[in-house]
Amino acid sequence: MSLLSLRDVRVQFNTAGGVVRAVNGVSLDLAVGETLGLVGESGCGKSTLGKAIMKLVPVAGGEIVVEGVDIAPLNREQLTEMRRKVQMIFQDPYGSLNPRSTVGRSVAQPLVLAGWKADATAERVETLLRWVGLPSDAKQRYPHEFSGGQRQRIGIARALALSPKLIICDEPVSALDVSVRAQVINLLEDLKSQFGVSYLFISHDLSVVEHIADRVAVMYLGMLFEIGGRDQIWKSPQHPYTKALLAAAPIANPKLARARQRTVLQGELPSPLNPPPGCPFNSRCPMAQDRCRVEKPVLRPVSNGAQAACHFV
Amino acid sequence: MGGSALPLEITDLRTTLFTRRGEMKAVDGLSLTVGAGETVALVGESGCGKSLSALSIMRLLPDPPARIVGGQVKLNGRDIVPLPEETMLGIRGKEIGMIFQDPLSSLNPVATVEKQIVEVLMTHTELGRGQARVRAHELLELVGMPDAARRLDAYPHQLSGGMCQRVIIAMAIACSPSVLIADEPTTALDVTVQAQVLALLKKLQADAGMAMIFITHDLGVVAETADRVVVMYAGRKVEEASVDELFESPLHPYTVGLIGATPTPGAARAERLADIPGMVPPLNALPQGCAFAPRCKRVMDRCLTEKPNLTVPGAGRLVACFAAEGG
Ligand SMILES: Nc1ncnc2c1ncn2[C@@H]1O[C@H](COP(=O)(O)OP(=O)(O)OP(=O)(O)O)[C@@H](O)[C@H]1O
Ligand SMILES: Nc1ncnc2c1ncn2[C@@H]1O[C@H](COP(=O)(O)OP(=O)(O)O)[C@@H](O)[C@H]1O
Ligand code: SF4
Ligand code: SF4
Ligand SMILES: [Mg+2]
Ligand SMILES: [Mg+2]
Repeated sequence: MSLLSLRDVRVQFNTAGGVVRAVNGVSLDLAVGETLGLVGESGCGKSTLGKAIMKLVPVAGGEIVVEGVDIAPLNREQLTEMRRKVQMIFQDPYGSLNPRSTVGRSVAQPLVLAGWKADATAERVETLLRWVGLPSDAKQRYPHEFSGGQRQRIGIARALALSPKLIICDEPVSALDVSVRAQVINLLEDLKSQFGVSYLFISHDLSVVEHIADRVAVMYLGMLFEIGGRDQIWKSPQHPYTKALLAAAPIANPKLARARQRTVLQGELPSPLNPPPGCPFNSRCPMAQDRCRVEKPVLRPVSNGAQAACHFV
Repeated sequence: MGGSALPLEITDLRTTLFTRRGEMKAVDGLSLTVGAGETVALVGESGCGKSLSALSIMRLLPDPPARIVGGQVKLNGRDIVPLPEETMLGIRGKEIGMIFQDPLSSLNPVATVEKQIVEVLMTHTELGRGQARVRAHELLELVGMPDAARRLDAYPHQLSGGMCQRVIIAMAIACSPSVLIADEPTTALDVTVQAQVLALLKKLQADAGMAMIFITHDLGVVAETADRVVVMYAGRKVEEASVDELFESPLHPYTVGLIGATPTPGAARAERLADIPGMVPPLNALPQGCAFAPRCKRVMDRCLTEKPNLTVPGAGRLVACFAAEGG
């Protein structure tokens, strides 16, 4: 059984300019102990998909199954149980921490809500802070007294409080400097091997995802274009957009960077208010044919063992 | 000016922040040369003084609190540090172009794209308005603006981040400057658009033989664009090398740490990233000796009391570290 299973999940927002289909029929599975990387360019729907799983945005359709239970129809109490299993950390930990709450209280909050007793909570907070590498006196201090990397550790401590099975990490290292980013990535990997927690790791940074993920899903304008093992995706990407994305990602090695032949993808992401009909990539795709402008491709198995949504792979 | 002078030659540049909490050396003796057609990347983590170096070179420092307190910035052989602002107005945008990180803040939100480019051209060239408008259109085509003719009448908020950055590039190169300073020009962009803008900058630079300083914190972007690399830490240059040598045999422990901390797809996959413990110290609390000492794996007694100076460990290389110079 998958830890998380999404079937045709849809989220839409009604905006002044019209309806934005931010998540437009996404299906995927995430196994126990797995890190699934979710990549794609700004606005493609990564955060919205993460929030949909947390039920932080209204879900317009589809199934979100956590350990065999579809959470779409659940009531408040039942959701509390689910929230224990699935936690989320955000790009800007500052925004997600209450500035007037001490770090100790922020980390304790999920425990208190779950009905933990005061002394058990205090002990647990100590442990959590130790796990994420924060000094014990951090409890009495406020978020603004900490650096970006330390605030991210606070967010991770809080997410870990109730021993979740899955943590949705939404760009957890994107705001951090290189050296601190590496500290937080290593911490996430240590926690995974220690506690067997799984991650849905959302990032626009392909090199970080290549480092941390077991499997990778590529998103474009609300749709999954390709999903497969990390090496399948990196060594033999099948979908034209995956190829373009990998070709565009800078490589921190001048020799490798020069050696690869680089075709720069032209054009920009179309407006999500007005996506091209058929395959949403057809306005930029070097392989687009007439069929792509009328028929939307669906995800299906392709030769590299992954799944891709393109009429011509 | 002598025809043999380098486009940009910076010697012992010092910029200090005069704040209520005291004086802070934000740029502490930076020397740097950039040849025609050459790209020098300035790298380092947030707060190490990259942008203040760029603003010092452009003479655009926020004053107060920042002021150049020493050194020279020779542009085509002429030191521009002592020049009055009126003279700088004629130099900026003409001899030296600039591109900043946040595209929207560098454009005038209430003027059309055409008006902004025309203004640059009319300030620095003899072109009349009509000719300048024709040239503005050409420039937009040159920077690959999709649907250029129509975009001339657009306001910045009607354009995507990538398109705004193209307009800024068009303005920066409008007068064919000999030096271009780009401060994180692609950091706010998506990777596919970043690749477009990097390719564009390289092409424009090669065609015009511009000297370019490229500021970034992203070693991937460095590897893709630079000929030579200068690594900064706490306001000082700690290492300089050709891009190949820097990545192949980094000498300064900070450079080694930065490279180890950056995942490289396609390279052999490390189980763990080599992180650097701790973080960049604030400028008002720099350690007495080597600023990197509290985070350094190779720290020695001497590092705690003495500041390492730049030494020459090999041809074309510089490093400021006691351990690296001793081998
Ligand atoms: N106007 C200012 N007033 C006070 N301090 C400043 C000012 N501008 C910059 N600083 C300080 O000077 C130092 C260098 O800043 P600078 O902007 O050059 O860093 P940077 O290397 O460009 O960093 P980033 O990668 O974040 O852009 C930092 O410690 C910063 O906090
Ligand atoms: N609360 C909202 N109201 C309206 N539109 C939204 C809202 N949240 C996200 N969107 C839109 O949904 C799309 C996907 O956004 P998001 O999930 O944040 O993308 P990503 O995380 O991949 O950058 C974008 O077009 C975005 O503008
Ligand atoms: S379906 Fe057509 S437009 Fe879409 S990726 Fe495939 S070839 Fe390109
Ligand atoms: S001088 Fe000493 S502390 Fe500084 S980088 Fe070299 S070894 Fe490390
Ligand atoms: Mg997001
Ligand atoms: Mg800066």
